[in-house]
Amino acid sequence: MQGMTASAWWVRKVSVAALLAAMPAVAGAQTAPAVPPVKLGLVTFLTGPAAGPFGIPGRNSAEIMIEMLNAGKVPAPYATAGLAGATIVPKFVDEAGSSANQVTEFRNLVQRDGMNAVVGYISSGNCLAVAPVAEELKALTVFWDCGTPRIFEERPLKYVFRATPHATMDNVAAARYVLKKFPDLASFSGINQNYAWGQDSWRDFVAAMKALAPKATVDKELLPKLFAGEFGAEISALLTTNSKVVHSSFWDGDLESFIVQSGARGLPARSTMVYTAGETAMFRLGAKIPDGTIIGARGPHGVMAPDTPLNRWFRQVYEDRFATAPTYPAYHMAQSILGLKAAWEKAAAAKGGQQPAIDDVVKAFEGIEFEGPSAKIRMAIGNGHQGIADIAYGSFRFNKAEGKPEIVDIVRYPAECVNPPANMTSTAWLEAGMPGAKCN
Amino acid sequence: MTGLRILLGAAILGGLGAAAPFTPLWLISLVTLAMSTGLVVCGLIILWRGGLVPFGQALFFATGAYTVALSGRWFGVTDAFLLIALAVTMAALVAFVVGFLLAQYREIFFAMLSLALSMILYGVLVKSETLGSTDGINVAQASFFGMKPRGPGYTFALFWLALGMVFSAWLGVSAYLGSVAGQLAGAIRDNEIRVEYLGISVTRLVHLKLTISAALAGAGGALAALSISHVDPQMAYWTTSGGFVFVTILAGAASVPAAFLGALLFEIVRTIAVALLPGGWQLILGSVLLLTILFVPEGLGSLMIRKRATAPEKGAA
Repeated sequence: MQGMTASAWWVRKVSVAALLAAMPAVAGAQTAPAVPPVKLGLVTFLTGPAAGPFGIPGRNSAEIMIEMLNAGKVPAPYATAGLAGATIVPKFVDEAGSSANQVTEFRNLVQRDGMNAVVGYISSGNCLAVAPVAEELKALTVFWDCGTPRIFEERPLKYVFRATPHATMDNVAAARYVLKKFPDLASFSGINQNYAWGQDSWRDFVAAMKALAPKATVDKELLPKLFAGEFGAEISALLTTNSKVVHSSFWDGDLESFIVQSGARGLPARSTMVYTAGETAMFRLGAKIPDGTIIGARGPHGVMAPDTPLNRWFRQVYEDRFATAPTYPAYHMAQSILGLKAAWEKAAAAKGGQQPAIDDVVKAFEGIEFEGPSAKIRMAIGNGHQGIADIAYGSFRFNKAEGKPEIVDIVRYPAECVNPPANMTSTAWLEAGMPGAKCN
Repeated sequence: MTGLRILLGAAILGGLGAAAPFTPLWLISLVTLAMSTGLVVCGLIILWRGGLVPFGQALFFATGAYTVALSGRWFGVTDAFLLIALAVTMAALVAFVVGFLLAQYREIFFAMLSLALSMILYGVLVKSETLGSTDGINVAQASFFGMKPRGPGYTFALFWLALGMVFSAWLGVSAYLGSVAGQLAGAIRDNEIRVEYLGISVTRLVHLKLTISAALAGAGGALAALSISHVDPQMAYWTTSGGFVFVTILAGAASVPAAFLGALLFEIVRTIAVALLPGGWQLILGSVLLLTILFVPEGLGSLMIRKRATAPEKGAA
């Protein structure tokens, strides 16, 4: 800098900086999308016990779906880029922490970060806590994985949607599948975690069994605490029963420990286990799961999904990126984002291709029907805010020749066969003996 | 406490209240929630000064929160002031009953027994399907003397209510800490036998401190329930109690305003950590606690006290 005055040096430095600052702006102006991006908040467990089986597959699924949607690489009918041409900009938030934390973070997403929509929540407690706040803030919110039927049954909601069917259908379909395999079932038992998900699952399963096979009695009703991890006493109790079937809504660590521990003590030789959420464990445990175990996937997801172009594409990109097959949480996330896209584009079409306002999207979302990777979803109940879809159950078999787990004897139940009609709560429907169920 | 300081406190809180309509709503909700934690921490300070660290303060916090939720659900009570009064009464009543047992114990035994009691409540709530089990239940929006503000108005109303509660708690707790019973806390921590020789029952004193701290925790729980509009058993879980102890360490037991500043700082650090590091925000929270213990072992309050160490009424802050 010798010979240069301080002010000249300063001028040069400022002009270089201005030039550098202007460059990306110019470059951006050339390729900038005509529409502002859509900011999408995504809430899922990134830490804690539910991260591994649910949170991370959900995040992974969201990551590739958003990337592919932005690039316009998703097969028809989702081949248009982004949301009606608007690029999706995701922001991920951890669901771990109290419901107070979740409500605060939800407000932050909407009011501080200006998210246009939020797709989130695995825990039913968090869904219940966030729903009133979403209404208060008039924030379009899609719950993607929580299972409780209470969300839309306690009060009508305007801005909250859930494309993923609620948990009642898991247990109704489980009951139907069990009775197909064991038409003369005399008694059955259950082992479920003692918290809302386990209690609700067991209650729905018992009610469905009562409606379908009034003569079958409940033998043992076990409710060990959540994440107990050790089930010696419960397995002993189950070994003393004559139940041909044992129902369980276990997931993650408890599911895997129970499968291993009950296998070692010979429980599967006496009773067939029904795991309503068993699909998340099948690739991790493989041959440790006894053949004949009845496995559900909270929908016709994973290996039970039909062979459609959309599903083939989804499995391919997911496996290529993460070197593992997508389990049902990945499907739940994918179908929730696709539901949002379907509603968004329906609203945009009504406005002649313009970007819709949130209230337009909300109106378009109500009662919409769209294709998910594994099933057609119809927002048919909860005033058009709750999706219903087909579900599949099957029996586990470990294919020794190929060394990979399989599900055989798959039975697919239509949505109307396993879901309550629009004008009834799930509990009332089950207690009335499931009137109006159409199963063929 | 002098009239001047009361005026100063009232002016600060009044200023905050007046600034509310010009503040982003998310920040107001965040501060309201931090104030609810601050109220619990205020109660913890009372016990802390006597050398008692309860790991089960969530028992009273959850009692207050569920009282609000159930009074609305079962008896149709919607008035915010009445709900808070009920919550405070219930929490104090629970503390009065369990106090006969808890007040007999000190140190780790006190901590563990209080933890056990809160976990009993947690277990009962989780098993009660009518109370929503782990999913919890929604809290109906409250009214204020017959007025029913909705939308942003409700957020403001709760914020102003929170400021009022903070002001009352500050006056009340400062007065108690300055009283003979409050001043004896340090003596209990140092030598109980000497206190007994003064003709004072240490057990009864601890029982009283526990009841006061529970009333404050109940108030905090009630405010949290109203501000979140949802209660769940997580509120009685040991991690919630741990959070309160965390904030007390951050704030220190030296000063009452520090309890609220500590709670606010904790909530702000947490929310920034979540935004910065979605997959590892706990790491940031842990580091903050570690740094606090290393560099400000007496808590944030000690910084405030140190500045006016020459002032005549030390300790009664």
